[in-house]
Amino acid sequence: MSEIVVKEKEIVIPGQLLAKGMDTFPASGSYREKEDIFSGRVGVVYIDGRAIKVIPLSGAYMPKVGDVIIAKVIDITMSGWRVETNSAYSAMLPLKDATSEYIQRGADLSSYYAIGDHVVCKITNVTSQKLVDVAMRDPGLKKLSGGRIFSVNTNKVPRIIGKKGSMVSMIKQATGCRIVVGQNGLVWIQGETDNEFIAVDTIKKIEKESHISGLTNRIKEYLEERTQKKLEGVEENELHTKA
Amino acid sequence: MSYTQRHDGRAPDELRAMEAKVGVIKNADGSAFFKIGNTSAYAAVYGPRNLYPKFLQNPDKGILRCSYNMLPFSGSGERIRPGQNRRAKEISMVTEKSLLSVLNLDEYPNAVVDVFIELPQTEAGSRCAGICAASMALADAGLLMKDLVSAVSVGRVGDMLVVDLDYAEEAYEDGPVADIPVAMTHNSSEVTLLQMDGEISKDMLMKAVEMGKAACEKIYEVQKEALKKKYEGAE
Repeated sequence: MSEIVVKEKEIVIPGQLLAKGMDTFPASGSYREKEDIFSGRVGVVYIDGRAIKVIPLSGAYMPKVGDVIIAKVIDITMSGWRVETNSAYSAMLPLKDATSEYIQRGADLSSYYAIGDHVVCKITNVTSQKLVDVAMRDPGLKKLSGGRIFSVNTNKVPRIIGKKGSMVSMIKQATGCRIVVGQNGLVWIQGETDNEFIAVDTIKKIEKESHISGLTNRIKEYLEERTQKKLEGVEENELHTKA
Repeated sequence: MSYTQRHDGRAPDELRAMEAKVGVIKNADGSAFFKIGNTSAYAAVYGPRNLYPKFLQNPDKGILRCSYNMLPFSGSGERIRPGQNRRAKEISMVTEKSLLSVLNLDEYPNAVVDVFIELPQTEAGSRCAGICAASMALADAGLLMKDLVSAVSVGRVGDMLVVDLDYAEEAYEDGPVADIPVAMTHNSSEVTLLQMDGEISKDMLMKAVEMGKAACEKIYEVQKEALKKKYEGAE
């Protein structure tokens, strides 16, 4: 007879019993020992049919295919650029995926991306040995110039972006800044200096208060107070979502 | 004169007062504070992050590096020479081994997880406090772990078996003393650290380890509370 002993969305710690019996099976973040399923990390329980997984709440970024990240160029090689991903592993940006332009044989690669430049790129492949490939061929993937970059908790990135980008577009609208939020926890902001500060403070506030409900509403009020402007077009239903 | 009553009035199986907190160091990927009596430990976890020099990298799985350090003012008056010494190296090594048995670093080839344990104040049982703090900090860092590790020192003072010896008991002079740090996992009660300083019979040792098991359960409760408290309210 099997039985799930935790509730959905409950916070669990490593080694905590999640379910008994063979009818359920462990997904990411949990493991089976004999007939029981235990949590393998600190996180939130999600029950997906018969699978029980534990989503992390903390920790460093791990590269994942499909993530759009902000990376820093750290080396230039024969075949492309090596970029630093704010994780334990650096990534390779091959020549052919770097721009939509044609790069002449023997061209000076630093005229495209120099060491120290930041780029927005997308992870295309991660091997079992954590060799990471990135590409910059999609729209919106570009070199970042000017502005400021700061880091946030990787696990809070979904909250900063909001549902379908609602949170970040609200900040963009209120401050008039250009903002890119990388899945790896790096955020790039460019705008007028005062507005940049407001945007940074707002994002830090989201990071700190993301677990308290009514976040969108609070952030909207905060932005209105800081910018002394009324925010239009933030839909009512968005105010009640808990992302 | 034999030791029949603990000098601070504790029961033989009673621990000193404990305190635990998770997430005390904002810059770290995971951190924790653990205090037992007058011994307190901070642990900060960084990583997984890239590892240099390259020859240390292991392409099979990530490695764990622990550093145990007593601060110069942490003793009972005498200044402790800062930096690594033979004792600190040994403790770093045994801490690493006791934590490695619950950690799963398969996902992080060629990378390292660094654990820094700093002790601002010590009065016996510092390696155990360090392990308790480090175990919480590793969990806070979101790493894959089978279980939490709790540690306590057990032993004999005179003819009495006690848990969580303090300095006066470790330094008891009117009879034999054995100081035995034990670390255990919670679910399987696997012993991940067992050292001894002093002399003890086999029977007494077995009994002492059993007492350690019960004491580790109490510590586990404190660790669990601290971890849950940090994330409470976060959905």
